[in-house]
Amino acid sequence: MHPILKLVAQRLALGCLLLLAASVLIFIGTQILPGDVAAAILGQGATEQALANMRADLGLDRPAITRYLEWLFNALQGDFGVALSNGRDIAESIAGRMKNTIFLASVAAVVSVPLSIFLGLLAVRYRDRWPDRLISAVTLTSISLPEFLLGYVIMFVFSVKLGWFNSVSNINDGMSFGEKLGAVALPATVLTLVVLAHMMRMTRAAILNVMQSAYVETAELKGLRRFTIIARHAMPNAIAPIVNVVMLNLAYLVVGVVVIEVVFVYPGMGQYLVDHVSKRDVPVVQASGLIFATIYIGLNLLADIISILSNPRLRHPK
Amino acid sequence: MNDQLRYYLARAAARKMDRRAFMGKAAALGVASTAATGLLTSAVQAQGPTRGGHLSVGLQGGESTNSKDPATYASQVPFMYSRITGETLVNINSAGELEGAAAEEWSASADASTWRFKIRSGMQFHNGQPVTAEDVAQSLRRHSNEDSQSGALGIMRGVASITTDGDTLVLQTETPNADLPYLLADYHLIVQPNGGMDDPAGPIMSGPYRWVDDEPGVRHTFERFDGYWNDNVAHFETIEILVINDATARNSALQSGQIQMANRVPPSVAGLLARAPGVEVVSTAGRGHYVFIMHANTAPFDNNHLRLALKLAIDREDMVNRILRGYGSVGNDMPINAAYPLFDDTIPQRTYDPDQARFHYERSGHSGPIDLRTAEGAFPGAVDAAQLFKESAAAAGIDLNIIREPNDGYWSEVWNVKPFSASYWGGRPVQDQMYSTAYLSTADWNDTRFFNPQFDALLLEARGELNLVRRKELYSQMGRMVRDEGGLIAPMFNDFIDAYNGDVTGWVTNPNGEMMNGFAPVLMWSAG
Repeated sequence: MHPILKLVAQRLALGCLLLLAASVLIFIGTQILPGDVAAAILGQGATEQALANMRADLGLDRPAITRYLEWLFNALQGDFGVALSNGRDIAESIAGRMKNTIFLASVAAVVSVPLSIFLGLLAVRYRDRWPDRLISAVTLTSISLPEFLLGYVIMFVFSVKLGWFNSVSNINDGMSFGEKLGAVALPATVLTLVVLAHMMRMTRAAILNVMQSAYVETAELKGLRRFTIIARHAMPNAIAPIVNVVMLNLAYLVVGVVVIEVVFVYPGMGQYLVDHVSKRDVPVVQASGLIFATIYIGLNLLADIISILSNPRLRHPK
Repeated sequence: MNDQLRYYLARAAARKMDRRAFMGKAAALGVASTAATGLLTSAVQAQGPTRGGHLSVGLQGGESTNSKDPATYASQVPFMYSRITGETLVNINSAGELEGAAAEEWSASADASTWRFKIRSGMQFHNGQPVTAEDVAQSLRRHSNEDSQSGALGIMRGVASITTDGDTLVLQTETPNADLPYLLADYHLIVQPNGGMDDPAGPIMSGPYRWVDDEPGVRHTFERFDGYWNDNVAHFETIEILVINDATARNSALQSGQIQMANRVPPSVAGLLARAPGVEVVSTAGRGHYVFIMHANTAPFDNNHLRLALKLAIDREDMVNRILRGYGSVGNDMPINAAYPLFDDTIPQRTYDPDQARFHYERSGHSGPIDLRTAEGAFPGAVDAAQLFKESAAAAGIDLNIIREPNDGYWSEVWNVKPFSASYWGGRPVQDQMYSTAYLSTADWNDTRFFNPQFDALLLEARGELNLVRRKELYSQMGRMVRDEGGLIAPMFNDFIDAYNGDVTGWVTNPNGEMMNGFAPVLMWSAG
């Protein structure tokens, strides 16, 4: 078996184990939280009788371990069950929300990843001169501001004052691709500003590290243009740390954008998960948690494989 | 007003000129934009409602866990879609009077314990099926079943039997109840085919709009139901509810015209929002109140001197100004205010009096800090209010120890569990319902642990009393009892603060609930 295939198989197996561990942790977490789904659904207006009725109805009177194993068994067959709080099919609800989350994340990624790498290269090219300082200053400012503040400022300028975009980024199936793009323009901009600095700084640092090497000096002595040296010779050898940071940020774009979803009223996974956590809707929290964990583990696996492929020493082990 | 302005106004009201153009012309004639908006609004209202158009409402209070099953309705978005798609037996109008909805007319037996509701003829469900008295009866049965998880179970508990007699619904109450029709205006009690026994969360209702899209926690859309019996309502062709839980996002959407109405404007920004062009902020004095509740049967609160000391040690005016920013009124340690029918305004208003508070505190013999539990979610500004309370109580020598609890689980772990905590009440349409819900000894939600046989007797007597003068007298006595002996500290009654923009008109103040008691989308119309 090719060593890389073997490695991927190992990582996949490890990933599955991690997922199982994550699902146990999530289940324990929802059990520790005060209150249960019945109390959360009925709220202040709950009477003892109504609570007891609802608990019996939802099967909450059975032991926790039974409920966990039952859920796990069904989940392995692709059946996430129905939400305790409103009886909807979880797989179906999540599919719609996940599609939206992936759409927003993709738009933000398509803009931010090439932009941050390009800005990183540019910063190296003009190292310690004004373009470098300007890029650093702008990206560091945008990452230092809290996301919701960036969101509000952008919303105020482009929606309330200029009226170019909607402040509510509601998308639904009836919209064309162009309309959807217009709807997510503002949240995607904010997300780009938030993730830009991290990736840009890492690109800059990784390439500067390589720029000290002897072969870069050789390239300079050959008389190559400075930008060509950076892009063609330095960049491929700096790819591993950059890919790792890019993947971390992509994972963040999928699993960590609750605040932006709330500010722009975007129907993604984040808000969906928060609503169900506050209602102690364990099956939904488990399903969402599992999906988030899958994405996180998957992207990290991908980052590992890419860095291995980009390194000839790892690609052809002795 | 000069002739030119009058001419433009008439054209704009008749929609021969659009709103923006009118504002421009008015400005050219030297009329301030606020004055022009006012003129146009009254001119448009004088024209009467116009049909057609699309309405987007941005609301706080929706979750992805919401369901269409009326038994589960609890937050603002389900409350609103109950009003839009559903039909109760009766409605309470802006003057606090009953209006027939699914019931055409109703009458009570002389002892107010048998009620007959004649079901409106010719009503249909959204699938075309006629609404029968049996459907109504089944709906009420579902909500009054002890196995039900309905939020209206408490309301329906006093109803002993539900039967039908041809096209008439007959309700028999356990004890005489002169207020029964008011209780049936509750937003959970909407009519479903066969009472929703077959399909509790089904989309078929009998209200002015029918369900189109339902994405809980995101958006809900509706279209006008042409088979609806009342042609004087439901002016918009289509309605969309957008769930916008973030207040800043809601206000931005209103200002940018993406939505035409919004609920729950935070008092802190209401003044600012009202200055935005074309936005109308409306504040409605209601029956909701923010409270601190003591368990009157638990030490140290089982001592009435201590309870009085705490009631006297709170600065009500200051709280209304700082917590509600003036959008509210002071409370008098009873759950009733002037917004209720049969309110006795001669009951003296309790005020901040540190000396009296100190006197009662010393008489109580208590010493040491008193724990007061609060959370941001108890009511907006509850943590700040507790701090203000601590300060004003310190001046009377009372040491309050503020414990901040997490929002999560507050209603199950703290409220109605711990002996002294912050909370809120949404108010009820009539005094009887408020007192029966939380002050009767046997009430499920007796969150002040107020057990007073004399009070219970008065409540039952008032409930069956059809003589209004006598009834008001009884309510007055009950109010004084709660005020002087109860465990309730009610420093303030909060206003509902809603907002709409110039695209819609027809707002009528309704003290029964926010957004014209939820009817704003059904009763307002497009201003063109």
